[in-house]
Parts: sequence; structure tokens; C-alpha cells
Amino acid sequence: MNKPLILTLAGLTKRFGEVIANDAIDLTLHQGEVLALLGENGAGKTTLMNMLFGHYTPDAGYVEIICEDGTPLRLPPGQPQAAIDARIGMVHQHFTLAENLTALDNILLGSESLLSLRRHRRAARAKIEGLMQDSGLIAPLDEKIGALSVGERQRVEILKALFHDARVLVLDEPTAVLTPQEADSLFVSLRKMVDKGLSVIFISHKLHEVLAFSDRIAVLRHGKKVGELITADADKNQIATLMVGEETALPEREACDVGDPVLELKSVTVRRENTRNSLNDVSLCVRAGEIVGVAGVSGNGQSALAQVISGLERPDQGGIAVAGKVMPAPTPKGMIKAHVGRIPEDRHHDGVVGSMTVAENLIIERLDAPDVQTRGFLRKKRIAEHAKELVQAYDVRGPGIEARAALLSGGNIQKLILARVLEQEPLVILANQPTRGLDFGAAGEVARRLMEARKRGAGVVLISEDLDEVLSLADRIVVMHDGQLIEADTRDRAAIGLLMAGQAA
Amino acid sequence: MVIEPRGNISRGVQMAIPVIAALVALGLAALPLAFAGAPVLEAYKQMFIGVFGSVFSFTEMLTRATPLIFTGLAAALAFKARLWNIGAEGQLYLGAMGAVAVGSGLIDGPAVLMIPLVMIAGAAAGAAGMLGPAILKTRFGADEVVTSLLLNFIILIFVQMMLEGPLKDPMSMGWPQSEPILDNAALPQLIPRMRIHMGLIVALVAAVIAQIALTKTTWGFKIRAVGENAAAARHAGINVNRTLLGVACISGALAGLAGVSEVAGLKGYLTTDLSPGYGYSGIVVAMLAGLSPMGVVIAALYVASVFVGADSMSRAMGVSSYLADLVVSMSLLSVLIGSFFARYRIRFAGKAGASQ
Repeated sequence: MNKPLILTLAGLTKRFGEVIANDAIDLTLHQGEVLALLGENGAGKTTLMNMLFGHYTPDAGYVEIICEDGTPLRLPPGQPQAAIDARIGMVHQHFTLAENLTALDNILLGSESLLSLRRHRRAARAKIEGLMQDSGLIAPLDEKIGALSVGERQRVEILKALFHDARVLVLDEPTAVLTPQEADSLFVSLRKMVDKGLSVIFISHKLHEVLAFSDRIAVLRHGKKVGELITADADKNQIATLMVGEETALPEREACDVGDPVLELKSVTVRRENTRNSLNDVSLCVRAGEIVGVAGVSGNGQSALAQVISGLERPDQGGIAVAGKVMPAPTPKGMIKAHVGRIPEDRHHDGVVGSMTVAENLIIERLDAPDVQTRGFLRKKRIAEHAKELVQAYDVRGPGIEARAALLSGGNIQKLILARVLEQEPLVILANQPTRGLDFGAAGEVARRLMEARKRGAGVVLISEDLDEVLSLADRIVVMHDGQLIEADTRDRAAIGLLMAGQAA
Repeated sequence: MVIEPRGNISRGVQMAIPVIAALVALGLAALPLAFAGAPVLEAYKQMFIGVFGSVFSFTEMLTRATPLIFTGLAAALAFKARLWNIGAEGQLYLGAMGAVAVGSGLIDGPAVLMIPLVMIAGAAAGAAGMLGPAILKTRFGADEVVTSLLLNFIILIFVQMMLEGPLKDPMSMGWPQSEPILDNAALPQLIPRMRIHMGLIVALVAAVIAQIALTKTTWGFKIRAVGENAAAARHAGINVNRTLLGVACISGALAGLAGVSEVAGLKGYLTTDLSPGYGYSGIVVAMLAGLSPMGVVIAALYVASVFVGADSMSRAMGVSSYLADLVVSMSLLSVLIGSFFARYRIRFAGKAGASQ
């Protein structure tokens, strides 16, 4: 390759207890190159990048960056500051933004001297606005992070790295939270930066974007590098096989008899100061045996819709009925009792209590059930047996049922939530971004389980920003825009994309 | 210098931290002792004798530990739910006042009736004291740290007012104190001629019940879930506000029982110097115990030992008994530092690139 080398990872190894997360991984990165790091959840991608960035200290191996003058510099292990000084920027999968500061403050955070009395905000703002213009990554700079959508927060994260003049940009699943259009424009803008000499490592599960955007692909499986190929020579099946070790197919769609309505929203209006948390006269009918896909750009009221169906938010106007029964004052408990299963968008924040055990998280929605307690006392033995069965049936992998849920990987936390929700055989399932951040295998598992529930006669509301997912799973598609729901009578990507952008097809 | 998290912490290490921290704090007390010009070893000896030297001194320590167990439990349970009850001191006085109001002649009856009645009155008064801040928190999002803390001073002044007015003992020759608790409403002594009283038994029973409730019941499950992740608890259908209000009542009731135990078991009548800050010490006890109810018992015994031991040392050696506060504070700091080092390690790296 004629591009100059910029980064070398040599023999990086990391053990967590008995688990080898990374086993002697070698990687190189050239200037102006896009390297895709591909692998299932738990394959060790994030661990590898955390060692690169100094969050973890490797047990063996080293990281070497070639400075601009051509001299190699070996980064001291375990020092994020050294990585920052070497102008490596990282955008984490879980954002590291201060919610009570504005986007601008977050971008400047850490770049301002504590001793400097004046803040050079005007110059900084000009630079960021320039970057926004160049990249098309627009974020409201004066809004507090807490008020931004997930997609906007990510843009702030990327802008922050770019603002710090990163030479190497590491993106941990950058498109997991973006719409296809947003993802495309992200790649366009990154490509521009790459042409100017930026080097990018990006972690992804999505094969099509890896193929479209990267120059080279490194595939990790079970902590080992199992393959490295030039993107131009690679084909989809070959990479997928490397990644999961076997061919995986999307679930077969079977025709399903659509039954009676199981969930009805009638002219539901939720008025909040922030439009992204508001619903404007939303009506929706979900019947037994169908999956209704809610497509849309994040921040258009999806979270308000999910909150209403979860019982967390009471509509200001309009009604909600489950299986024909009107819920006058819905609460989370009332919804659970009415057999509405909820898979929350943010599984770490709303899905599990991380410091409680896997077994405890599996029963948290059914504390009143007779097999969980008698007269208020927990039936620990039954709970443990029950947990063992569910963990096995839903293939929740981790250090055991008595381990804290926080120790599970994202995919396994999602399987835990699936197990908890689906074992109650819900009539209605609300799945809000159920496969966000999950690998091929785990996402396929989630899809299979939702299809299974549909076949059993459940009505599923699938909220997703991944249009491909909506197209492949949903029987019927509605689009959410600006707090309103629009029925999409089409399965045409472009037409749905227009609806998502708020334009009639 | 780099701070990095360690992996899993073993249970043994977790248990060892407070013990080591307590010993370190006691050891560090040598510095101020030496500074005060006292012979250090002799001082430690006096401290030891002050607690373990005789049956009397040992029971004195247990007597001192009794209110600390109550207030420690009050703090531990509330903190477990992330309800920061800093108002145990005020709730203690409310409890004492409740006990005095019912038990000093308003009604009379046999001890089997009066003792539970006095306890219920005190517990209810204490519960009411924490219910206010909890309602303000759940309804309006008012910070319970501020409200419960400030309420302490309001309650103390209120007690003062009552002792000057309606509750004043006409036989007290002008001293601001309440009428004495009736004999059949007083908590009986456990050992003749010693001050140790039934309050200790009640406290130990309360600790056992709290331990069981926290670890083995759905109620305890809810408290832990709400404390660890209120958003997930709410999503899972747990009524977060109701759980918090319940915890507030129990926490306040336990602090109230501390007041009942002091006034009906020890002092016999209510004055405004009933408690030398047991409510605040209870917070330290709970933190030393890592919020575990059974741990509270041990931590309360430790803190009481330091107080009683330091008292006897101060009498024998002529050093200030404030040393006890110093040791207790250092113990808490040591525990906090100790648990920090259990969770993180600090690595000193040389110049960039020098360390491998």
C-alpha cells in the first residue's frame, strides 16, 4: 500500500479473569484509510479500541503511532491523555457527554485551560460551525445535551473528536443510532475528511455499510483476528461467514392470520415543551398476529409513543385500549397486568437494574406472582430455578444467574429482557429499537423471537430507526414525523424516506 | 498518575475493609494523643478498660450503642433506596416527644400495654417527621437532604417550645423538662443496677427484621431496585414514589424508636439534650456498615466503644473526650478511602513511554 503507515497495534492481549477478550491482535492503519472492525458482540472490538485509547492496560503488546514528522511513538499503556495528545479521537457507543451542559460546552470540554480567564468561544464556535458545514453533521450548539435526541448526541460526539484535530478517529458503532439517510450523509462527510488525510477505524455490525465505506476490513471472532481483507475484493457472504462462523439467514416470513385489535391508540396527544417528547393526535391500531413497524428519524416523538404504550406517560388527550379494554389511567404496572410486554429503547438505563442479579432482573416485572413470592417473601429457590430455565431457553450468556446484570454484554442484556417479557406471553409487545447495537447473531435472535410472538398471536409495535429492519420484519409500516403518525401504504424505501423527512410521497 | 478500576471485589475484601479501616483510625488517634502530651499506650489501655474493664463498663457501651443501632438502621434503610434521610436527629426527638406525650400520665395501664403503646407513639411521630420531606421529594422534587436536615433544627426548637409549655413538668422547679415517663411505661432494665435496658433487645430485633426484609422480601427487593436504578424500577412496574414513602416511614420510625429508647429506657424524662447527635452518628454507623442492617449492629458497637472508651480515657488522662469524635470521623474516612482502593487502583507511571 502506498499510503504511509500511521498506527500499529502489535500483539495486543487483554484478559478479564479467565476470559481472554483479546488474543494477540495485530492491526495496522494507514493515513487516509478507513479500516472496518467487524465482529459479533463480545468478539472483543470495543476492548481492543479501549486499549488503543488507553482506557484499558493491555496484558501484552503495544500501540505505536507514527508522528507527523515520521518518527514512531510508542504510546504508554493505560493513559487516555497520551492517546489524546497523539490526536487519536474516539466516539464511544455509549456517549460520554455531560447532559446539563450545552452541545458547545461539551465539545469544548477539556480543551480549555482552567487557568485561562477568557474563553475563546467565538473562535471555537466558528471552527465548529465550519466543521458542521464541511461534514453536514448539524447539531444545535446551544441546546443542552439532555434535550437532544440520541442521533444528535452522536453528532456532537463526532464533532467533538473532529474539533480536537483528530488524526485517527475511532468510531464505535457510529450508525447504530442513525437513520439510513443520516448514516449515508455521515459516511459522505467522513469520506471527505478521509480524503483530507483523516484515518478512521470504525466498528460495525452492518455489512452493507462496511462494504460501502471501508477500504479494508478486519474481522474479529472470540477475541481473535480471524481475517483481514481488502474491501474491494470482499463479498458479503464471505465476511459474514468469517464473522459468525456460519451462514445466518433472516427469519422466513410466514403468512399470519391477523386477528382482533390488541392495542388501540385513539387521538393520543401528549403536549410537552419539547416537540421530540410530544405526540399530536396519534391513532394506531395493532391487531393480533401482526407486526407494525414505526419508522422515522429519531426525535420525532417515538419516545413519547413508547412512553405512552409503556404506561410511563399519561396522554393529555385521547385514549388507549388493550385487547378492547380502555385503560383510563395507564401505569407501567397496569400495562404489564394488561399483558403488554415492553422492550425499552435504553436497555441499560430502563431495562435492567445493573447492580442486581440476572435472576432478580428476570422477575422484576412479576413481583406479585405466586411463583415469585409467598406473603411477600421471595421464593429464592423457585426464582433461581426459573432463572436457570430462562437463561437456557433464551441463551443468555454470562457469568451466571447470581452475577450482576451489568456484567452481561449488550446482546445478552437484551436477551435477558426478551426472556423476561416473552415468558409472560404478552398480547402486545412494544419493541423500541430492539436490535440497536446488537450483532448479527443477537439481532437475528431478537427478530426470530418477535416473529415467533407474532405467530402466537401477539401484536407487535416495532419502533426502529433501521429502515431495513422495519422493512424485513413489519407487516404494516407507519412513519413518525413531528409527533404525528402517517400510514405508509408502500414498502418503497425512497417513498418511506420522504415520509420520514416530512414530505408526502 | 492513573486511576483504573479493578475487577470484581471479593466478599472477603469487602468485609475486611471496615475492620482494617477501624484499626487504622484507632492507630491514627495516637498522633493527637501524643500531641496532647498523653502517654499513648497508657491512653489506649484506659480506653480499652473503659469498655471491657468491667461488666458495668461493658453494659454502658451497649447502652450507648442502643440508639446508634436504631439511627444507623434508619439511615441504612433510607440510603439503600437513595432516600437521603439526614433528619434522624429530629425524628429521634419527635419519637421521644411522642413517647412522653403518651407515657407520662395521659393514659395509664399495665406495662404490657403501656410499653408497646409508647413505642408505637414514638415510632409514629418519627415516621411523620420523615414523611414530610419524602412527600415534598416525590411530589415536587424537593431535595430531601436539605429539607430533612433543616427540619432537625425546627424540630429541636419545637421540642424546646413544648418543654417550656404544654409538656413542661410543673414539679421541675423551672427546668425545661417534661413530666417523667410512668414506671409501667418505662422500658425495663435488663440487669439490676445497670443502665442497660430493653431498648437494646428491640434494636437487635429491628436489625434482624430489617436484614430479612431487605434481602428476603419483595418489599426489600423494591427498595434495592429503586435505590440502584429508579428508572428501570419504574419501567418494570414498581411504584417508585410509594416505595420511597414507605421507606421514609420506616426510616423515620426507627429514628423515632431511638428517641423512645433513650427517654423511656434511660433518661425517664425529655430534655433538649437527650441526644448528643445520635441522629448524625447514625449516618456514620450506616456508612461504616456498608448499609447492611446486621453490619449496623457491629458498627454501632464499634462507635459506642470508641465513645465510651474515649470518655473513660479522657477522665483518666485528662485529654479531651472530643478525641472520640476524631476517631469516629477518621474511621469513616478510612472506610471511604479503603473502599475506594478496593474498587480502583492507582498506578504511578513515569515519563510517557518509559513504563512498559
